[in-house]
Amino acid sequence: MGYSLTYQPLTTQEKVGSGSLVGDGVPPVMSVSSKPVLFSALFTSLYTPLAQQLPREPMEWRRSCGRAPKMIHLEANFVQFKEELLPKEGNKALLTFPFLHIYWTDCCDTEVYKASVRDNMMRWQGNLRLHGSADWVIVVVETSDAKKKNKTNILPRSSLVDKIRNDFCNKHNDRCVVLSDPLKNSSRSQESWSAFLLKLRTLLLMSFTQNLGRFEEDMRTLREKRNQPGWSFCDYFMVQEELAFVFEMLQQFEDALLQYDELDALFTQYVLNFGAGDAANWLGSFCSPVKSWTGLLLRRPIDMEKRDGIQRGQASLLELRSYLFCRQCTLLIFLQRPWEVTQRALELLHNCVQELCLLEVSMMEGALDCWVFLSCLEVLHRIEGCCDQAQLEANVSHTVGLWAYATDKLKSLGYMCGLVSEKGPLSLELNRTVDLLAGLEDEKAETVHSLQSPYKKLKEALSSVEAFERHYLELSHAAVEMYTAIGRMRSARLIGKSLAEFYMRKGDPEQAESFLQNALRSYVSEGWSLPVTHTRKQMAECQKLLGKTENYLQTSALLAGDANLTNEERIHFCQEILTFANQSTDSKGKQPKVALSMSSFAQLKQLQFRPATATVHSGTALQVELCLRSLMPVAVPLEQLAASVHLNLEQGETNGKTRGPQRRPYPGTVLFPLGNSSAMPPSAAGPSLELEEIQDRSSSDPRTLNSTGMVCKNTHLVMRRHDSSPSPDMPNLVSPVPVVMDDGAKMLMSGDVTVLPGNNSIVFSSQELGTYTLRQLCATVGQVQFVLPHISPLVQYEVYSQEPQLTVEPLTDQLLAGLPQRAKVRLQTGHYTVKKGDALQLTNIDSMPILTSSSCPATILNSTRVDESVLFIQSSDKVTSISLPPTPPYHTLEFQLEVLCVIPSDPVRPENQRLTNGEIHYRPRSYSHPDNHMAAINQRMSVDCPWSIYSTPISLTFYIPFKAKHSLLSAGNRKYIQVCLQNVSDVNFHLMDQRLTEKHHESSLELQSLNTKAQQLVCSKQSVYCVWDVRWKENMPVCLQCVFSASFSSASEEVSAFKPYHYEFQLERVTTLYSVRAEIMPAAGQQNCHSGSLCGLEMSITRLAEPDDDEEDGGTEEKGQTETEEVCSTKLMYEVVDYSSSWVVYGRSSGLVSMPADANANHRVQVELMPLFAGHLPFPDIKVFKYLPPSANSASQPDTDGCVENDILSLMDRPLDDQGDTASFCSQGSVHSVGSGEQQSRVLPMPRLEPFSPGQVFNHSQGCQVLVLPSTDDHVLEINAT
Amino acid sequence: MAVCIAVIAKENYPLYIRSVPVQNELKFHYTVHTSLDVVEEKISAVGKAMADQRELYLGLLYPTEDYKVYPSHMIIVYYTPVCMFFILIENILLYRHTRYGYVTNSKVKFVIVADSSNTSLRDNEIRSMFRKLHNSFTDVMCNPFYNPGDTIQSKAFDSMVSAMMVQAS
Repeated sequence: MGYSLTYQPLTTQEKVGSGSLVGDGVPPVMSVSSKPVLFSALFTSLYTPLAQQLPREPMEWRRSCGRAPKMIHLEANFVQFKEELLPKEGNKALLTFPFLHIYWTDCCDTEVYKASVRDNMMRWQGNLRLHGSADWVIVVVETSDAKKKNKTNILPRSSLVDKIRNDFCNKHNDRCVVLSDPLKNSSRSQESWSAFLLKLRTLLLMSFTQNLGRFEEDMRTLREKRNQPGWSFCDYFMVQEELAFVFEMLQQFEDALLQYDELDALFTQYVLNFGAGDAANWLGSFCSPVKSWTGLLLRRPIDMEKRDGIQRGQASLLELRSYLFCRQCTLLIFLQRPWEVTQRALELLHNCVQELCLLEVSMMEGALDCWVFLSCLEVLHRIEGCCDQAQLEANVSHTVGLWAYATDKLKSLGYMCGLVSEKGPLSLELNRTVDLLAGLEDEKAETVHSLQSPYKKLKEALSSVEAFERHYLELSHAAVEMYTAIGRMRSARLIGKSLAEFYMRKGDPEQAESFLQNALRSYVSEGWSLPVTHTRKQMAECQKLLGKTENYLQTSALLAGDANLTNEERIHFCQEILTFANQSTDSKGKQPKVALSMSSFAQLKQLQFRPATATVHSGTALQVELCLRSLMPVAVPLEQLAASVHLNLEQGETNGKTRGPQRRPYPGTVLFPLGNSSAMPPSAAGPSLELEEIQDRSSSDPRTLNSTGMVCKNTHLVMRRHDSSPSPDMPNLVSPVPVVMDDGAKMLMSGDVTVLPGNNSIVFSSQELGTYTLRQLCATVGQVQFVLPHISPLVQYEVYSQEPQLTVEPLTDQLLAGLPQRAKVRLQTGHYTVKKGDALQLTNIDSMPILTSSSCPATILNSTRVDESVLFIQSSDKVTSISLPPTPPYHTLEFQLEVLCVIPSDPVRPENQRLTNGEIHYRPRSYSHPDNHMAAINQRMSVDCPWSIYSTPISLTFYIPFKAKHSLLSAGNRKYIQVCLQNVSDVNFHLMDQRLTEKHHESSLELQSLNTKAQQLVCSKQSVYCVWDVRWKENMPVCLQCVFSASFSSASEEVSAFKPYHYEFQLERVTTLYSVRAEIMPAAGQQNCHSGSLCGLEMSITRLAEPDDDEEDGGTEEKGQTETEEVCSTKLMYEVVDYSSSWVVYGRSSGLVSMPADANANHRVQVELMPLFAGHLPFPDIKVFKYLPPSANSASQPDTDGCVENDILSLMDRPLDDQGDTASFCSQGSVHSVGSGEQQSRVLPMPRLEPFSPGQVFNHSQGCQVLVLPSTDDHVLEINAT
Repeated sequence: MAVCIAVIAKENYPLYIRSVPVQNELKFHYTVHTSLDVVEEKISAVGKAMADQRELYLGLLYPTEDYKVYPSHMIIVYYTPVCMFFILIENILLYRHTRYGYVTNSKVKFVIVADSSNTSLRDNEIRSMFRKLHNSFTDVMCNPFYNPGDTIQSKAFDSMVSAMMVQAS
């Protein structure tokens, strides 16, 4: 009994009743063949467990060519052995190949064996050997029943097996297997059963590997022959597919797929070679015209119909591709890679289109579209079939390409078959539809019952206009939604745009508009000019149909200025606008005007002011020149071009102070940034940053910087969200933004302008008063207005009106009093026109006469030109009248006036005086000049001007060039007056005729000049001293009122126009009352004074004048006192002070002396001194004060008290400063004790000291020196280096 | 080789775009524009990992029936040329501002569209085309008179692109 184990595909399965074991696809099945006689008895009992248990354990499959080993489960199909089954030479069928031949026997009788079984085996072996098959095994089944039955002539079991082994397996002992009691449940039988299975697997796998290797080898050989003439791809295809089937049966889908991919690549390469001119013969069959375009069929695992076609070499290109893809798809789905299917599908479809083209396959127009459409949907259906909804949604990005492709194809089919037009298909198109439907053939059985099959869809869509629309819209919307969902907005927009085209064809512009708008917005925002133009053109068409006039005109304007269009198209759109503009005015004039954005019409490039300051005074014209670049292809006649301006109220009047435009590099010219000239889309370009540096300086020290930084001035523009609201400055967006016109604003107009293509210059002029900001620009063409809503950057201009102004200012740095000085009078006429006869009326002031001349030259100037003129001056008693020459407004009239300021001779100020016109004239205030300490005088005058009822006050400051000081000098009884005249100005003067006079002209008094020079030069900052000897015959007057006078003239002037200078002063108590004489005498018995040793100071105070005079000089208080107490004596206080610290006073340094009242009364005082240094030492100072003892009523007079106290304090202070002088300090205390002894009981019994006025006490020994020798002490050597 | 070559700015507007059959220009514009979807998707998907690489060839990403679109995006490192002019300083400041202000690196994209029927084109050829394009673009950027962000009008760049297109036909 021989059984052969083979692999066979299910389709060729024979009579054996073994069921298929594994589900769909080609199951790996093993069939068993056995001799019909014994088959049922032995094998049938074993078959079921065998078939079940064989694939249970995996086997490791080691593979050739370095491929990784794999664990596989073997399944087998058992087929009864037949000689025909053995493969003939050259048979390439792998699926029907018998891998292992098994001979089953349960013979246990040697006799039987020898009689029949052995021969049978021999024949079997012979057959196998004949076909070169070495894969066999003999199974000896032992059953205990059989043993029992033939107990007698039984041989030991082993012996029969040994016999068989001996007979057949000379080398391969393992080719004979004993299976004992396979149907029993004993452990022994199970052991043998599993051992058998293992053996069977091993052998089977061995054979399989071997045969597969051989098959692959053959296949490779066949492939190498591919360039030989007779080679056929289809044959090779079948061979390699066999391999793929085997791998698939082994569940090695990866390997199976690889086989198909190889086939795919090989075929593709051939097609490419064909394209390159290297045509293979077998390709001819694929070049035949395609008659069927049924699309992919992915529902069947193997499309046998197509496979047969390939096998016969009759398949078309599409059929081959379809079959190949179908197999790949099946395997990919096994591999759980559905998304690769979609990707490959798209590639396949694209590729097929190319290949058909390359192979020049003739195909009906539209047939390929049908095929692609069906295929796309089929793939999508297949994917939907094997994935759940969530998975599908997550992987939209993989499927959306197919959706879009299908949509595209359906659309082209629709256009082709006349299903899109409004009128429905023509007969030609109907015929084409019929032909196309014919190529679809009948629906395949798999999908007949499915309602949504691609076949049905296509058929339905092509059947009627309505159905087409429904299907097309459904697909399109699905694709758009998917693209939107995964964020591929651009793709979505593109489909949307084709939808819009569809709607437009259908005559439904309302639906189309929004799609076009979306697309246009996207293109505009990303700056793709060509798509923008194209879409905008469609938009224009759509808007025209919709009757959206304003939008249409706006779009037309944009298109007319679009450089991407041809000139004809641009002119067309421009004409559209012009036609509308003119037609509306003709028919209905009352319609509101259509406002469009200017930026599509023209660009404002530049703005120029004349004059450049952009500031003019009223009465002159300010010109504004605009440079407009018209984007229109033709000349456009404008009815009017208006610029609306806004009056700035808050600014107030600036009166011609320029600002704004002048800061720019080109004064008066404003350049406008050109929007969209570059490729930058508006969103990318955005507003440019306006940055400005800020510095924070500390208020105390401007050189210290607290912080610095940058500020962005236009954050509100920069930080604005770009997407949400289109900015009004960018009107080339999809829908025109409403342009708001400023109503009622002031306008600058320019009528009847023709704007030519390119740059145009338009001039406006303005005269109205105020500061204006340019706001909008508006060009009117009939019913259409082009409005530029904002002019940015801000542009301002100003027309101002100015009041006349009169100023007087010194011609030189300073005006000097006492000399004729020139002052410049400047009259800015402002808006006032000076007529002939207008005059300025100046009130005369005594202290400042105007040196009149009958006429004086004047200049009339403008910013541009200067004129000379003459004015006349008339002077009357009180008023000086200056008649002005006629002067136009906004000019400056300048002339000079000569004035003289009289130097006030006395420092005493007179009362306020009234001016001639009744105004209170304030005395010229004198104050000091801050720089050179010149006394200054403010002179005010008032001017009556013809343009005003009020008089204009004018103030001039003069400086007195001189400063005078006087001093009284005494020499015993003789008196001299010295006057020092200092020139404090910067000018040199000649001085002459200095005189000193007594005001009262006392006859007894004589002032004798000791000055020799008659005329002197006093340079700047220098002084002149003049001395007079005062002589008197009788009594000297108590008070001398003197006047110093001199004449001076500026040294620089040649003409000696000497002007007087007066200086008044007063001298009091001139007479010398006491003379003090001091003498220093060395210690007794010594010739000279020695340093460090005491010496004596003897001073004698002598009264020179009568005390009566002296009494008069003193205050009433003193007088009273002297009369009550001691009529004939005056108390003096002396003090010896040494400021040079070269003397030390021993004992009392000060004391009181009571002087008798008679003349020549003398008083001597002795003070002890010690010189501290050697050398010629100056005498210490001797001071004499009037001592006024405290009076009874002095306490009630706080004024005098304070005064006394101060004096005492000042006395007390002095020694405190000089701590070393203890002696004087002590003596001070004694002074106190004198005072305090008398007035202890009083609360504030302070005596008072009063200094003598200069000249009253004459010190004879002033400036005397005494020689002091160094001390005799030899041990100390004193060196004074000075 | 190529039928259309485009350089796309970071903000997705074309810095340069040229195509060989002039009559199809519009279609190429649409194609290149739509392909940006895929480029952006790729860039954002790969994200940071890609930023480290120098050249970023994205491969064949957007095939259509008629054309193959090969996009590539790159990170351009701007560097300051040694000789600086006043204009340039201004530009660089502006540029730096944008760079530090709201976009961390500048992504300029190159897109090459090849005819699908041209089957001889290999991947490495496309790569070398991109490399050439990149080099030429770098030269343009180095020009001190070029404003980053402006459309490219360099003659050298133009002729290089022409050469790549002529090679095809």
